[in-house]
Amino acid sequence: MTAEAHKLPLGQRLFPRRQHDRIGSKVLFVLTLIPMILLIAITVALVIKTLPLLREYSLASLLGGTEWKPLKGLFGYLPFISATLWVTILALVIAVPPSLLTAIYLSEYASKPLRSVMKPILDLLAAIPSVIYGVWGMLVIVPWVQNKVIPFANSFPNGFPLLNTDNPTGFGILSGAIVLAVMVAPFIVAVTNEVLTAVPEGIRHASLAVGATRLQTIQRVLIPSTRQGMFASVVLGFSRAMGETMAVLMVVGNVVQMPGSILDAAYPLPALIANNYGEMMSIPMYDSALMGAALILLVMVLILNIASTLILRRLMGRVRRAW
Amino acid sequence: MMNDTHIEIRNLNAYYERNQQALINVNLKIPHRQITVIMGPSGCGKTTLLKTFNRFLELTDGARITGEVLIDGENIYDPDKDVTEIRKKTGLLAQRPYMLPMSIYENVAYGLRIHGAKHGKELDQAVQHYLEIAGLWDEVKDRLNSPATSLSIGQQQRVCLARGLAVEPEILLGDEPTSALDPISAANIEARLLDLKEDYTIVVVTHTLRQAKRLGDYAIFMYLGEVVEAGPAKEVFEHPKEERTIGYLSGQF
Repeated sequence: MTAEAHKLPLGQRLFPRRQHDRIGSKVLFVLTLIPMILLIAITVALVIKTLPLLREYSLASLLGGTEWKPLKGLFGYLPFISATLWVTILALVIAVPPSLLTAIYLSEYASKPLRSVMKPILDLLAAIPSVIYGVWGMLVIVPWVQNKVIPFANSFPNGFPLLNTDNPTGFGILSGAIVLAVMVAPFIVAVTNEVLTAVPEGIRHASLAVGATRLQTIQRVLIPSTRQGMFASVVLGFSRAMGETMAVLMVVGNVVQMPGSILDAAYPLPALIANNYGEMMSIPMYDSALMGAALILLVMVLILNIASTLILRRLMGRVRRAW
Repeated sequence: MMNDTHIEIRNLNAYYERNQQALINVNLKIPHRQITVIMGPSGCGKTTLLKTFNRFLELTDGARITGEVLIDGENIYDPDKDVTEIRKKTGLLAQRPYMLPMSIYENVAYGLRIHGAKHGKELDQAVQHYLEIAGLWDEVKDRLNSPATSLSIGQQQRVCLARGLAVEPEILLGDEPTSALDPISAANIEARLLDLKEDYTIVVVTHTLRQAKRLGDYAIFMYLGEVVEAGPAKEVFEHPKEERTIGYLSGQF
């Protein structure tokens, strides 16, 4: 046998290999485009479905209307939009301070063993199906609100701002917000923690080296340099909370009204769509009106997401350039 | 106290995670108001040793030490010692400069603000004074309020120097402080250190033998966590006693 016999015929494979590579990259490119196409397709479909409604009613009357009586042809979205905002904002008020502090503790103080236990736990919390949070809300939070919070609120003879209600059930904005807060907290902790750990150790050392305490370093160096990132993580949490459907729907009461108190029942946009789509579809415009609700929700969530992504990207870019 | 001992290290052992020993029974006396250079190949423990002087080692997860480090005769690892006071006493120049996310002025004023209220004129004067000492004043006096990150890396290292000096330390620690700098900036920093040794005890970890020779009054050679040889720089460089020092100085490792 000659030495030649052991050589592989390399030249023969070169052409097909290159072609494979080209085809492969095209296939992957198309696959990568799918999310973008989906996003556009969903938005366009919702707009088309909403068009009949928009032809009949002015945008102002839809967004500003407080009456939702499909049988009478009244489609005012304001109760749903404001319910969404009430629940979401209250959830953030509850969730944000402890989440930010937890993130700061985990990244700045916690020992390695604690961090390596807490991170998976937070990930697990974020992975629990939302219907389970809903059940937990019905079993624990709603009775707590009903038996503790409402009697407390009623103990003020002249009432208390944001706590007055004639809803005795415990199903309402506060319950929804508490459940939602527990759901978005792990997410805010994770994003904030990531932002903090992106700050190089050397920055902390520069502060500690002149005799600053850890707390001073956090207050004067870390928070100022991650403020935008923390803000973005809150906005991301906001957009998540806004779209959350199942758990909120189960505890929020689902009454169409303009809420005046955190103990009132309310009807957020996702619950409206989830509860009603597919029923009573013979009512004129009803289908279109529910699609309109979906479109409003989508636009609200998209705006928040895009804004926070831009903030985070700019911040991270700056972090990388500066340090 | 000229030529007296400023930092004394007694039976110092340092360990990282999984009991990996980084310093083995180190005993040293670092002289007052001189430049001490710590040399040795990568991984010999020189940076670890430096970090024990301002208690930075405890910032590393799982790191621990046994033994004593005495500054002015007091063990800085004593349980009732305030770590922030120790760090105030020991300025640090890191391998590369890290600017705090604020202006040039605020970077220098940072330590002063941390340690109490100095305001207005007094603070302005202090900032100017330390920027002058760091040899940076003329370059930045018109842009004190620009972000410190807008400076070149060589200028940033001098901001670090001014920031460290502003809290009036007695000791300056340099962890390869010129390794990230261009030659001109590096020479500038070296010149500062030579100026400053009249007032400060300076300890510099260095990778470059030539720098060690240029700066050192007192030299320490380390290898695999042990101090192999320590003494007046002249003696160590010209008449090394230990086989391993001779090997290092002749470029064998």
